[in-house]
Amino acid sequence: MAGRLTSIVDLERLRDEILAKRQGRRFISVSNGSDGRTRGSWEVIRAFVDEIEKQGLEKEVEVKSTGCHGFCQMEPIVLILPEGICYVQVKPEHVSEIISKTLIQNEIIEQFLYRDPVTGQGITHESEIPFYKGQARLVLGNNRFIDPWHIDDYIALGGYSALAKALDKMTPEQVLDEVKRANVRGRGGSGFPAGIKWETTRNAPEKIKYVIVNADEGDPGAYMDRGLLEGNPHGVLEGLIIGAYAIGVHEGFVYVRQEYPLATENVIHAIEQAEEYGLLGENILGSGFDFTVTVHRGAGAFVSGESSALMTAIEGKVGEPRPKYIHTSVKGIWERPSNLNNVETWANVPLAIGRSADWYNSIGTEGSKGTKIFSLVGKVKNTGLVEVPMGTSLRDIIYDVGGGIPNGRRFKAVQTGGPSGGCIPEQFLDTPVDFDQLTELGSMMGSGGMIVMDEDTCMVDVARYFLNFLSEESCGKCIPCREGLRQMLNILNRIIEANGKEGDIELLEELSEVVIDASLCALGGTAPNPVLTTIKYFRNEYEAHIKEKRCPAKVCKPLISYYIQPDKCQACLICLRNCPAGAIHGGKGLIHWIDQEKCTKCGVCLEVCPPRFDAVAKLSGEPVPPPLPETKVIRKRVAQ
Amino acid sequence: MKTVTLEIDGKKIEAKGGMTLLEAARELGIEIPTLCYQEQLAPYGACRLCSVEIIKGERSRVVAACVYPVEEGLIVKTDSPRVVSIRRMLIEFMLAVAPRTKVIEDLAARYGVEGTRFEAEANLCILCGLCVRYCAEVKKANAIGFVGRGISRQVAFLPEIASKTCMSCRECFSLCPTAKIPRETDGVCFLDLTVDDFLSRQSK
Ligand SMILES: Cc1cc2nc3c(=O)[nH]c(=O)nc-3n(C[C@H](O)[C@H](O)[C@H](O)COP(=O)(O)O)c2cc1C
Ligand code: SF4
Ligand code: FES
Repeated sequence: MAGRLTSIVDLERLRDEILAKRQGRRFISVSNGSDGRTRGSWEVIRAFVDEIEKQGLEKEVEVKSTGCHGFCQMEPIVLILPEGICYVQVKPEHVSEIISKTLIQNEIIEQFLYRDPVTGQGITHESEIPFYKGQARLVLGNNRFIDPWHIDDYIALGGYSALAKALDKMTPEQVLDEVKRANVRGRGGSGFPAGIKWETTRNAPEKIKYVIVNADEGDPGAYMDRGLLEGNPHGVLEGLIIGAYAIGVHEGFVYVRQEYPLATENVIHAIEQAEEYGLLGENILGSGFDFTVTVHRGAGAFVSGESSALMTAIEGKVGEPRPKYIHTSVKGIWERPSNLNNVETWANVPLAIGRSADWYNSIGTEGSKGTKIFSLVGKVKNTGLVEVPMGTSLRDIIYDVGGGIPNGRRFKAVQTGGPSGGCIPEQFLDTPVDFDQLTELGSMMGSGGMIVMDEDTCMVDVARYFLNFLSEESCGKCIPCREGLRQMLNILNRIIEANGKEGDIELLEELSEVVIDASLCALGGTAPNPVLTTIKYFRNEYEAHIKEKRCPAKVCKPLISYYIQPDKCQACLICLRNCPAGAIHGGKGLIHWIDQEKCTKCGVCLEVCPPRFDAVAKLSGEPVPPPLPETKVIRKRVAQ
Repeated sequence: MKTVTLEIDGKKIEAKGGMTLLEAARELGIEIPTLCYQEQLAPYGACRLCSVEIIKGERSRVVAACVYPVEEGLIVKTDSPRVVSIRRMLIEFMLAVAPRTKVIEDLAARYGVEGTRFEAEANLCILCGLCVRYCAEVKKANAIGFVGRGISRQVAFLPEIASKTCMSCRECFSLCPTAKIPRETDGVCFLDLTVDDFLSRQSK
């Protein structure tokens, strides 16, 4: 630690010192975020530290425990710098070989490389891996080079120089104008222009105001904000301090959800280090500007990420949305002007200020600038955190970065925008992804959730899944949202349970309209999206469920039956022995059949039936043929 | 505060700044239905029965009149088709939760709602929060509160406080629009019932 920096010159000098010390050194960067740790990354780091000590390489090589590199399913990932050699799914027992071969003898170990799924070739450098190649990791990319507990790592990358520039060379108004000109739009939900929101808070008459980082991230399966806050907390803090300077605020909050202990720990530690360096606290970098930050832990409800609910929670009350129509940027925490932005929004600020609004504007589309981080999950080969320029097509994200759909299945839809986003079908795969285009399709950017679905997905079931989540996660205060979602869920359940009625689709549409129009907050205001988009793009699936009692994807249990095809059954007894419900009749030499009354539709018979027999079929919307008469059930096994 | 001029259902009104649309409409004699609104309590905006349509320039949207403040030049429609269909739907929801209750049947009659297409547990509570808010804001007792969220949200007495204060107060009884609280806790048997008794009834 270098102690307190009292000027911009101090900061520059420190940076030079850090870089000088690093001359000629090599780094082993190990992705050690929440996800990596569940896959054994700590053990890999310990093994590296021990081995380096054993070999006496401490002077030449340094191990870095970093945040998430994005390619979660390949973790633990080991990146050797400066060469950029990348080893995936590394285990502690691989470590001594990596040191002796790659670090000492500069030899690549084929076996640990990422393999191209198409060519089967090992890929040596991270930058050549298809998952990374299609990305532009302007924000998330720094994670690889930073140990979040070492502020020096961030400073070495040029960290806090945007803040220095703002404090030294720009007035608050100029900073505000630059952010407005860069058109940094909110990454947490609505895509609202950050500069305009900042200006509202800045212009509000009260003296005491606040800035807040929204790290509540309640979307199931999304972890962009966790990745950033865990991996590069200083990047978020730098944005926050710049914002505070522009708005004229001296107090800030980071609202982190309870379920993110590592992110909380890392941001608290980062705040302490920034304070020691004089980058937070009084008279920041000798500029005369004061700013402090407090971390607040969220109670863990999805709805508490909504702006007014979040502010109520910071006040120490139950985090429920407020009925007020005066915006929180004018009357927020304790009725004082409070500017709330998402983690990723704040992390974009140092880019726009440090480089320039013009540079920032050179990336993205007409209305959406810069990059966006997505959490790419579902039926896609490569899952993880993906950062691409705004305007990248869905197809490029899913097929180039994501590697396409696994197991030879067909793409069906992609759900964007979190639980209240929408499902986008194949015909729109070439849509450039930005705030406005997604909204036009009836979905939204939201905070960047992206769930890929294949042909084995039932869209009615998908709608029900999200609606169920929202009906449980809303606060339950206002009648249209609570009762409306309850009734919509009831209807979806009955459609899935083979009790759908003529008119149910129209009733869902009618209910959606009321829920959207009349709800108190944006949770209700967007909750019907998954239903409306699936009706819009997959209406025939709803109709099949209701009119034909058929689930086209053969997912909805009450609408499917398992059936053993007598002409294919080889009476091998495997399904019969495995059926947990004892629903399969037959015996040695006797063709098997399923007692539909007893069958629980668990699908075990289909799974265990040897593929060369392929005798078990799923039926939907058609009657199950009765078992063969007694005399016909005897069969000799065909010779194999 | 300075006054602002706006138009409600075609009638111009000069209203004091800071007033709500509901208050301004009442001054004009326009009756907007309400359920969770109570003059002595802070606006809560939960029943949405007071939904009205506002038009600003090209844009129109639905807001809750009991919370929305008057604005210069605003055009307000308290009875537009969009608003009426929202209210009719809300009434259908409430008929499912609280059937055969006067307040809701009166509303249904006013809006020509003949029945409900929906089913729900008919537990009488529409979660207007009048009891909870009255107990907290006026009595400062906090003997009754909300538990759970989403479709599981409920009102419940808090045993430690309720057992000490509720017996002698009962002021929320007359506020309950569906009379759930008096029906389940009072009447001839109330004096024989302990707070624990009605708590156990509630959780049924
Ligand atoms: C139900 C609900 C949940 C939300 N959850 C989050 C969240 O977890 N994180 C977030 O940044 N924004 C969330 N938002 C959006 C916030 O209300 C707010 O718009 C956002 O934090 C503003 O930041 P931005 O302008 O930088 O996007 C949520 C909104 C709603 C309606
Ligand atoms: S819309 Fe839903 S989450 Fe928002 S206040 Fe109403 S019940 Fe609560
Ligand atoms: S009276 Fe306005 S929302 Fe209930």
